[in-house]
Formats: sequence, structure tokens, C-alpha cells
Amino acid sequence: MTTIAAATVLSTVAACGGSDDSGGASGGGGGENEASDIGVTETSIKLGGHYPLTGVAAPGYSEIPTGLDAYFTCLNQEGGVYDREIEWIFRDDAYNPTQTSQVTNELVLEDEIFAMVSGLGTPTHSAVVDFLNDEGVPDLFVSSGSLLWGDNPEEYPMSFGWQTDYMSEGKIIGEYIAENFPDAQVGLFLQDDDFGEDGEAGIRQYIDDQIVAAERYTPGNTNVGPQIAALQAAGADFVVGFNVPSYTALSQLTALQLGYDPQWFYSNVGSDPTLVGGLLNRFSEGQVSDAALLDGALTTGYLPTVDMTDNPWIQEFQRIWDECGGEGELTNYRVYGMAQAYTVTQALQAAGQNPTREGLVEAIEQVGSEWEGPVFAPFRYSEDSHMGTSGMTIERIVGNGSEEVQPVRVTDIGDAPIEEFDGEPATPPANAIPDEEAVN
Amino acid sequence: MDYFVNVTLTGLTQGMIYSAFALALVLIWRSTRIVNFAQGSMAAATTFIALALIQAGQSYWVALVVALASGFILGAIVERVIIRPVEGGPELNAVIVTLGLFVAIQASIAIIFGSSFQSFPTPFGVRGLEVGDTTIPLTPTSLYIIGSVLLVMGLLVALFRFTRVGLAMRASAFSQEVARLLGVKVGGMLTLGWGLAAVVGSLSGLLIAGGSFVWPAYMDALIVFGFVAAIIGGLDSPVGAIVGGLILGLALSYVSGYAPRGSALVNISALVILIVVLLVRPGGLFSSATARRA
Amino acid sequence: MSDLQSPASTGTAGKASSDAPVKATAGGDAPSAQAKSGRSFLPRSTLLRHLLVLAACAVLAVVVLEITSPFQNSQLATLTYYAIAAGGLTVLTGMNGQISLGHGALMAAGAYTTALFLDAEEPLPLPVILLAAIVVATAIGALVGVAAARLHGPYLAGATLALAVGLPGLAIYFHDTFGGEQGMRVRAPQAPEWFGSFIDAVSGNSASSTKWLAYVGAICLLITYFFLANLVRSRIGRTWRAVRDQEVAAELAGINLGAWRVLAFVVSAAAAGLAGGVLAIVVRLAAPSGFTIVLSLSLLTAIVIGGLGSLLGALLGSALLVFLPPFVTNLGGDFGLSQTEAAQLAPFVYGVVLIVVMIFVPAGFVGTIRLRWMTRKAKRAMAQAGADGASSRG
Repeated sequence: MTTIAAATVLSTVAACGGSDDSGGASGGGGGENEASDIGVTETSIKLGGHYPLTGVAAPGYSEIPTGLDAYFTCLNQEGGVYDREIEWIFRDDAYNPTQTSQVTNELVLEDEIFAMVSGLGTPTHSAVVDFLNDEGVPDLFVSSGSLLWGDNPEEYPMSFGWQTDYMSEGKIIGEYIAENFPDAQVGLFLQDDDFGEDGEAGIRQYIDDQIVAAERYTPGNTNVGPQIAALQAAGADFVVGFNVPSYTALSQLTALQLGYDPQWFYSNVGSDPTLVGGLLNRFSEGQVSDAALLDGALTTGYLPTVDMTDNPWIQEFQRIWDECGGEGELTNYRVYGMAQAYTVTQALQAAGQNPTREGLVEAIEQVGSEWEGPVFAPFRYSEDSHMGTSGMTIERIVGNGSEEVQPVRVTDIGDAPIEEFDGEPATPPANAIPDEEAVN
Repeated sequence: MDYFVNVTLTGLTQGMIYSAFALALVLIWRSTRIVNFAQGSMAAATTFIALALIQAGQSYWVALVVALASGFILGAIVERVIIRPVEGGPELNAVIVTLGLFVAIQASIAIIFGSSFQSFPTPFGVRGLEVGDTTIPLTPTSLYIIGSVLLVMGLLVALFRFTRVGLAMRASAFSQEVARLLGVKVGGMLTLGWGLAAVVGSLSGLLIAGGSFVWPAYMDALIVFGFVAAIIGGLDSPVGAIVGGLILGLALSYVSGYAPRGSALVNISALVILIVVLLVRPGGLFSSATARRA
Repeated sequence: MSDLQSPASTGTAGKASSDAPVKATAGGDAPSAQAKSGRSFLPRSTLLRHLLVLAACAVLAVVVLEITSPFQNSQLATLTYYAIAAGGLTVLTGMNGQISLGHGALMAAGAYTTALFLDAEEPLPLPVILLAAIVVATAIGALVGVAAARLHGPYLAGATLALAVGLPGLAIYFHDTFGGEQGMRVRAPQAPEWFGSFIDAVSGNSASSTKWLAYVGAICLLITYFFLANLVRSRIGRTWRAVRDQEVAAELAGINLGAWRVLAFVVSAAAAGLAGGVLAIVVRLAAPSGFTIVLSLSLLTAIVIGGLGSLLGALLGSALLVFLPPFVTNLGGDFGLSQTEAAQLAPFVYGVVLIVVMIFVPAGFVGTIRLRWMTRKAKRAMAQAGADGASSRG
């Protein structure tokens, strides 16, 4: 009963939204819902994603789909998108590309999803990006900052990035160091893959001459002593890490061991102050007070984080998690998932009442760059670029939270300049449900 | 010079961790001629029990004792219920059973305790010791690790050399028929062997966890290196396990520290070291002269 | 398909009661016994018989691939590369008694070779590329085999385990050639035109790329198993068994143990290389994270669970790898578990299945069924002999 009631109320809302729409009958609220494409019925839209839910990469990342799940559950309670419920299916690939390929086959061929959403990981998603594009399945908002998904829309017309790419992030970090720490001797602590490479390329555009050492670690190899010692030996007094969170902790602990105390700057991926800071604090409970271990470290941000309890988006996401989420607390991984779900909802709304796969992609290309949401800076979506957001703040970690030291600046890959972002931070609409007009 | 000392000492600490893991493998090999691939996830299971206690407000030491005790019980139960039916059967079946255990226990941990990162405390500091005005990368925690592992090795050697139980365990492992004829309760000795090995395994799990992250798969990286260390030393020798672990830890640290992009060469170096050792001594460094033909 | 008589089955037979010797010999001589029995309508020549089986299996493969859904096609494509590698491994481990925890690395060699060749502007024909994958994996297998020939039991296991983690590491180190951590993307070769008309003629289905890859995998699988089945029935197979079971006697008979062990490694490496090549085009990627120790260990579990030494067993064990996890995940979902919980359940059930099978069906699926069948046959033969004796006396 309740669902029907809710649906009725919301269909009115949707109809109101639709009435603003000047588009044709197919896109407005006046027409009827049709099963307009694979994965779309009159009452539902099926979306799918692949994540490491088990195995080595499961910690943290396995929380992202639960964030999307909570958001979609609450969205469905409010009537979904054009009265269609979002059916959200996510499957485990254990961060193994061969399994990604299998579960993606299952999602596309068996579950018959309308679109892939938020598929996680560079090597994993690489295995399916050709398949998705060959099959014409929209491949939205890949959870990875690799340049692969957005840089080349001609090759991958269906794929879209979402988070700030690692190269743009590197550039913003490099510029900040050049301006604020011109005398620093910079050491780089890099994951030995495209993540570290792109980040390094970005940074070097600005402070190539300041860099005294670049050390790389291979994920899985837990002894980073030699790498941190090498940074120390090279005389680096400012270390920028393009690494995953567990290596933030490892590098901090190793530095403690070595008595090495540079200014740390962790890229967004590796610095979850709540996660890493909270964990580090508990390492030596009761013995040594290392509570301030990450204190003072710098990092970047493109999304509000759970420590910003005053932020209206975080308040809304907290409410959604409490009402529609599962066990556990709201974490930054879940915020990430919810923010992605918000963008997905915008895209589906823009694709109109009876969306098609091609229509969805066109809608994102046409109006995606205008969307406002929890993400600080706009997306770069257009016919020529499928890159996600490009802007980042720079923040200083204080306790378990952070304070902004540089407002949002935006850039793009390659030689694009870095500019200040002059937009206002968006405030969440009612229930944190967007209301985008249909484009088609 | 400082750099060399740093690389050496971090390698040493890492090597001691491999040693602890290798030691537990050696114990099980000596008692039942089985390589226990489940050891990593068994140790992770007891570490999560300890973590649950610590989070409930118990002290580290209480948690340690409970974890080691539950390790003993887990090891004994596993031997009685799961390993006993395949003991004496084809070698491969026992391997598959321990692999199955490995997967099943790890999945259980994720189901029961969740799969997120959690931090595991250490009772000692994690800052390097200061000597004069330089800091050497030896922390109270790493001294605790090294001390514990050496202590355990000493206790094990004493157990096998100087006690009747140790003698009975060795006899059971060497020849069950003969031991039985001599009045040794072979079944009990095998269970005891697994229980003890699981205690040592649990200890290695706790030592590795101390002052670091734990998650259900946190022991995975060690399975390979611990196994390689045990093989380098010779699967029959507790001393070999320690030496094998140290050799591996140091060598890998030097590779990582001195080769260009060395971290990426660590895995392949472990292979090279192992192959070289085995080409010279097919039964490991500390193998006895009469290695049996399997 | 062909039975290679496993140590697992002899082990069980050895423990069984009075008719054990009969079983063991029956296992070893199964095909000749079958040929002599006169009931069989199959030709006496092993090669001819295998050719007939091959043709039957090819027809079966086409039928299966045409009545299943596109997703099941893709699962079957996955099955083929597991089964090819498992088939090679069962020859090594089942026939020759050498354990390998490193076959994933040999598959990586095949996969990267395929990826490199397909990366070319004008790629060579697919069979040539797969052949190259076989050659490269074989060369590496020969090297490993030489080192492994001296090693036994856990030492061999350890060395091959180190291979499984070491070799893929090279792909990260030489990232300019092999694409590093994110790997090399593989453009799956397009289906030729005749394939479309063939599918249309057979079933009227559309010839998707998924289907084409499944066919490529199936063809490779059939060829591999045909070769392996003939090999193990040949003098080479008999010698391998002798090296495995009667080391000393074999040595006394002038058999060079080391050389034969290396040969076994080479043959199984060739299969692993082909499997890697098929994997690369089916998965469309060759990346280090696809060749973790999990892969190597999975292959080993597949051949033991299926029934060590049996190609059919290797196939069944591989099927378990492919079909069990999604089955459990979906079942968990049906029982109201959250999607994360259902995903965590899959490895748990897989682990429990491994343990339970090893405890209750230690000879694996195929081994156990065959043992039962042989026991019955032996009993019947004895009863028959008894009856004959009685009648002749009377």
C-alpha cells in the first residue's frame, strides 16, 4: 500500500517536473512509460556495477556499492525516476580482471542491465570497456581516475569518467607546491602503475626542478622501508604520495620508524582522514600518543567528507544512510557511492521519460557539464570529452577532520591552465533528489 | 651508510615476520607431513578474535592469551575433524583440503567481522629508537617481534630435543607404525602438533598485525613469502625457518632498496633466490642428509 | 574421455578391502580391457576411437553452444580456458606425479604473447598467434621443468608457487612492453564471415562476438584434449606412469627420469600457454591481477576435485570453478541475503565443497564413479568366472 501511495505522490512531482519541459511528447511527463530499451520497463530501470566485494581489495571499496544502494533505495521510496524504480545489481569481481569480465557478461547478457554504473578499478574495468562499448552499453562514471574512460570518446563513446583524473590532480598539487613551498625539496611516493604515473606527470609540469626523488612501491609488497628511507636519504622535506590508503598508513609508520618527519601531502585516494587518521590513532593505544600522526598533512578534495558535519550534502547523505542504508556507519566510500548515484539520477532524468542507451549518452554529453551536485566542480562532459570533474580543493588534515587551505581550482589534462573556480557550492534539493529537465 | 643501515634493519624486521610464519609451517610439516595453506587465514581468524576483545575493552595481553588459546583449539579441531580423514592419503588431497580451509575461513572472517580495514594496536611504541642524534629503524614493537619469535623458536627446539612429548611427536611424524608399537598415542601427538603449530601461527598473525591494518585477507601476502622462507631453510628445521625468513627478508629489502624500481622486482627475486637455493640444495639449506624421496 | 589412472584412485583402492588389486589393475588397463571385452562397438585403434569421440564431442559442443543463452556462451568460453589448462595440469600431476602451483604463470606467458601479437597493426591469423602463445609458454615450461625435475613434493610446490607470483611481476617491471599493472587490452579478433553463415545454417542464432569466442575456446579445448588423450595412451604416457609409480624400476629399466619429467612439464606448459591465449581473447585483457596465485591454486583444485588424472575430471572440476560462484551468489540473493553477503558466501561455499569432497569423495568425481564401476565389473567378472568354473565342472 505504502509504495503505491508514495508512487502516486511522486508521480505528481515528476509530472510537475515534466510540465516545465518544453520537449516533445516522448520526453515530457504527459506520455506513458514504455519499455524503451534493454533494462528499462514501465516500472523499473536496471543498473549494474562490478566491485571487489571479497579478497584483498575489498576493504573500503566494497562499501561504495552500499552507498549507491542506500541512495537508490531512498530514491525509490520517493518514486524513483519517472516513476521507475532503480534496480541496482552489483557483483563481485575480487579485483580480478578475468572475473570482472565474467560478472560483466552476467550483468549485460543475463541480467540485461540498461547501463553499467561505477565499475571499479583500472585493470578490472579495462577488461570490459571494449565489450561494453561494442555492445552499446552505457558505461557511466567509472570508479577510477584513469584517463582511459574519458580522454577518447571516439574510441569509447559509451564510457564516462567521474572523479578527478590523477593527472589533473597532480597539476593542482604541483601548482600549489610551486606557489606555497617554492623552496621545498620534494620527494614522490608513487604506486607503480598508471595512478602514480599520471599523478607524477601532472606534478612535474609545475615543480620538475624541485623534485629530488621519486620512489615507487608495488601494491602487495608491504615493506616500504627502502622507499621511505630513500626519500629521506635524498633529503626530501616534502613528500607527495600517490598511493592507496593502506600505504598511507604504511608510509607513516615507516617514517616514524626512521625518525623521518617531512611535510606530507597525500593525494585524494590515499588520504581518508577519518579512515587513515582514525586507524593510525589506535595503533599504539595507551602507549605512545601518536594521535597527531596525520595532523598537518595536506590532501586534496573534490567531494565533501563525513567529517564535514556542517556540510548540507553530508547531512542529507547521513539521513539517507540512516533511513535506507545497511549496517555500519556512513563512511567516505559510501559518500562517494551516494554522490555517484546522485549523478546517475541526474543523467537518467535528463535522458527523459523513455530513455534509450544512446539517448542517455547524448544527454550526458549535452547537459552533463551543467549539473550541480555534491561534487565541488563541474564535470567536463561534452561530445569531445567524457572526463569527470576536474576541480579540487587543497585541505589540511586536522585531527580527524580537515580544513580548506585553498579553494576549488579547476583544470584539464595536458597543458590546460589551472583556474580558480568561481561557482558557488551547490545546496542539495529536497531529499537530495535532483530535478533535471529532460533533454530529448 | 645510514641508508644501508635503514634498509638492513627494515629487512630484518620483515624477515622475522616471514620467520614466524615459516616456523608454524615447519611445525605442521614435522608433525603431519602436510603443508598447511590454511595457516594464514587461521591466524587471521584468531587475530580478529583478539581484536574483538581489545575493542571490547580488554587489554592487549588478555587478548593475546585468548587468541593463542583459541589458536590451539582451532588447530586441534581442524586436525581432528578435517585433516584426520585425509592423513596418510594422497599428498595432494591434504593440499586441497588446506586450500579449501584457507578459502572458507577467510570468507567466514569477512562474513562475521566485515571486510573493512581495522587497526590492530601494539603494546609497544612504533617510533624508531634514538641512538645519539640519529634514529635507527628499530622500534620497541620490532624488538618485541624479534624477541617473541626467537623465544618461540627456543621453546620449540627445547620441546623437541629435551622432552618426552617432543620425542613422541618426532617419533609419530617419522614413523607412525613404529611409534605406535612403542606405545606412543600417535593420534594425540598429531593433534598436539597441529595445535602447537596453530599457536605459533596465531602469534605470527598477531605480531604482523601489531601497529598495522588488519582485514580478512591481510595474511595473504605472507603465505607465499612464509612458504618460500620455510623451503629455503628446509621444511624440517625450525632453525632453518628462522634463517630462511631472515635471508629472504634481507635479500628482498636490498633488492627493493638498491635495484632501480626495486619494489617491482621483489616477487621475481623471491623466485630467483628460491631456485638458486634449491638448485644447490634440493631439500633446503638445513635439510638433513637423508632427505626422503617423496 | 580418457582415464589416466590417478594415484588418488589407487590410494583409495589400496585402502579398500580384498578386491583392491583387481581394481588397481583394472584401472591401469581400462581401455584394453574394454577393447577385449567385445561389447564395445568402438574401433580397436586408439587413434580411430579418439577421432570418433572427438567428432561426437564436436557435435555435442555445437549443440550445447546453440541451445544456451549468450551469457551461458560466455561462461562456456571461460570454462574452455580453465579446462585447457587443467587438462595440461592433470597430465603433469596426474600422470607424472609432479605438483605445480604455478600454472597461472604459464598461462600469463601465453596471454601476454597473444596480447602482444594482436597488438600489431596487421595481426597474424589467430591460429598462428595461439601457436606462438604455445611456443612461448612451452619454452618457459621447459626452463621450469629442468629446475623442477630435481625437486619433490613441497619443494616443487614452493618453487612453482614462487613462479606464480614472480613471473607476473615481470609484467609490472617491464611496464613499457607489457602495460604494467593495468595490463594490455586485447582487441578480440572478429569472427570471419563463414562463421556467421555457419551459425545461421545450424541454428539461425545470431553470431555475436561472445559466441565466436566460445567457439574458438571450444575448438582449442577439443584439439587439446584429443592430443592429450592420444599422448597418454601412447608409449610416452606409459613411461610417465612408470616414472610416477615405479621410480626405481623405471630408472633400472634405463628410463631417464629427469628427461621424462621435463617432457611432462613441457606438454602441460603448452596446454597452459594455449589456455592463456584463449583467456586473453575471451577476457580481452592480459593483466598481472588476472594471474594471481588464486588462478594457479584454482586449477589444482579443479583437477583434484574432478578426479586426478582424468581429462573428463579436469573438465568437470573447471565447470565447478565457473558455475559454482554465480550459482551460490544468486542462491544467497534468493534467500534474502544482501548482495555483499551473497558475494561473500560464494568463496565460503567453494572452500567447504573442497573440504567435503576431499573427505568423502577422495578420488574426485570421475575417479569415484570409475572406481564404483570397475568394482562392479570386477565382481561381475569374478561371478562369471565362478559360474563358468561351476558349469565346466558340472
